[in-house]
Amino acid sequence: MNKYRKVAYYPGCALEGTAHAYNRSTKEVGKALGLELDEVKNWNCCGAMEVKNVDPKVQTYLSSRVMSIAANEMGADVVMAPCNGCYHNLKKAEHDLAQDAGSREVVERISQKAGHATYRAGQVETIHALDWIKHGLGEEGLKRKVKNSLKGLKVANYYGCMYTRPRHIFPEKDKGPGTESTSQPHFMDDLLEAAGAENVDFPLKTACCGGAHTLSDSDISTKLVLNILRAAEAAGADVIATECPTCHSGLEMHQVRAEKVFGEKTKVKMLYFTQLLGIALGLSPRKVGVHENVSDGIALLKDKELA
Amino acid sequence: MPIHEQSLIRPENLKTHDKLVLDGVDVSGHWSTFIEPRVVTDYNEALQEEIAALPGGEHIHRCWQCGSCTNSCTVNAVNPDFNPRFWIYLIRMGMESELLRDKDIIWQCVSCNKCTYACPRDVFPEGVMKATAHWLELQGHTPKSKSTLFDEEFTEQVMATGKIEEGRIIRGFFAKTGQALMQDWLVEMAKRLARRLPIKLGFLMGWATIFRPRTRGWSRAGEAIEEYVHEQQAKQRKALSLE
Ligand code: SF4
Ligand code: SF4
Ligand code: SF4
Ligand code: SF4
Repeated sequence: MNKYRKVAYYPGCALEGTAHAYNRSTKEVGKALGLELDEVKNWNCCGAMEVKNVDPKVQTYLSSRVMSIAANEMGADVVMAPCNGCYHNLKKAEHDLAQDAGSREVVERISQKAGHATYRAGQVETIHALDWIKHGLGEEGLKRKVKNSLKGLKVANYYGCMYTRPRHIFPEKDKGPGTESTSQPHFMDDLLEAAGAENVDFPLKTACCGGAHTLSDSDISTKLVLNILRAAEAAGADVIATECPTCHSGLEMHQVRAEKVFGEKTKVKMLYFTQLLGIALGLSPRKVGVHENVSDGIALLKDKELA
Repeated sequence: MPIHEQSLIRPENLKTHDKLVLDGVDVSGHWSTFIEPRVVTDYNEALQEEIAALPGGEHIHRCWQCGSCTNSCTVNAVNPDFNPRFWIYLIRMGMESELLRDKDIIWQCVSCNKCTYACPRDVFPEGVMKATAHWLELQGHTPKSKSTLFDEEFTEQVMATGKIEEGRIIRGFFAKTGQALMQDWLVEMAKRLARRLPIKLGFLMGWATIFRPRTRGWSRAGEAIEEYVHEQQAKQRKALSLE
């Protein structure tokens, strides 16, 4: 059986909080597509972009604990994370544990004191929610399940920083046809195209939204987000599709902030790619949590006769 | 994109006389431009080693000054004074006083890793920026940046409970930095949400956060992490001769 059809699921903190809609739509889409999720038991935060600045090896430990539970307590081969931060951190931990004796030593020491099995590199494969659908089902399988084609909806696909950078932690990418590209990622484009959407040519797919300083240096974040929103509008997009709770809330928050603080209004909407897929699969906007987004996509969906 | 250069000659050191006659020859205007000589005597020969002793700075010695980091840098595109290549040069040369001229913007690196992606020498410039920002704080050249305060608030919560809750982080951070929580734009965002989702308003602003997410049985892990972090911090202070 395809090992991606049933995976250990690591939602991460954001999906329990502000990105509840992403959690909900991911689960609904999985159900509709026959892809199974088994939530990692009693998981912990991976440290996001913050803990590494206090100590990078602690971040490695935090990620390793999640993978250890998946491998040693649940017998999973694959862990799926829908958050770029979580996905990135688990990948980084995997890389460091395979390559660096110092990281192995610290992880061993903390794991022992914490009283759980130490994670060993190679025990699980970490994937993103995009890989899950792309490899678990694929575009052809997805096309067969589309009931409400996204035809006429113009989408800019936004992947952010951590899905592709730094490239050395993603050894499976850039391996030619069928694999993901770190310079021109396309997995989300592929899936949404299969769902009928029209992907616009969007040059800022992997631009940074300044998420690291969203509150500590808000003006820079607002400027960076505004670049992204404007570029999407200039490319003719109605919607920016997102695949990360931090990117998504960064765009939403700073769209509001740009308007309130800089007087710069933009009207492009943000929707998680799982929300868009859910709608294409015939689920109601409410079921995939569109009403929970800050940027109100309902009117647009109605306008396009998708809701 | 062009290579972003940073001149080693400061504009204030370029001297031009509007009226100057030398040996009967009129050299007024650009003809008389000269560079005020500048002698650097205060090299800190330990600077590179000190940065390399902090997490992220380990590979600074590999830099061959190609400029790809600065050329790809997100923050450089917004502020041309933000120049990782130049700072790495100054650190490797031990030119501490020159580095200090930019001390208030180094922490602004957004960790986008475009530099790490572009660097042909695996310097991990993103890490070097973090190490440099921490070095400035540890040496007392700058107060802890808002970014550091945010990282600390976040890490404390992870150590305490294994998980974070965004509303609590935001409140903790605003309290630490003495900012008002009721910023216009945050309120506006909450209002937009509340139109459709009254519960979320409370969640975001933390008014209704009674439930605090936590990982069960976390205390031993939390203690082990804390112990390790303290050990590392002591080592770093020693490497910087701060003990
Ligand atoms: S990266 Fe974000 S969502 Fe993922 S575990 Fe960490 S804080 Fe939580
Ligand atoms: S785009 Fe923003 S939120 Fe997403 S990974 Fe980059 S900095 Fe983080
Ligand atoms: S890209 Fe790397 S080698 Fe080139 S200047 Fe920057 S740090 Fe140095
Ligand atoms: S990680 Fe920092 S230094 Fe590197 S490109 Fe991004 S903002 Fe610039």
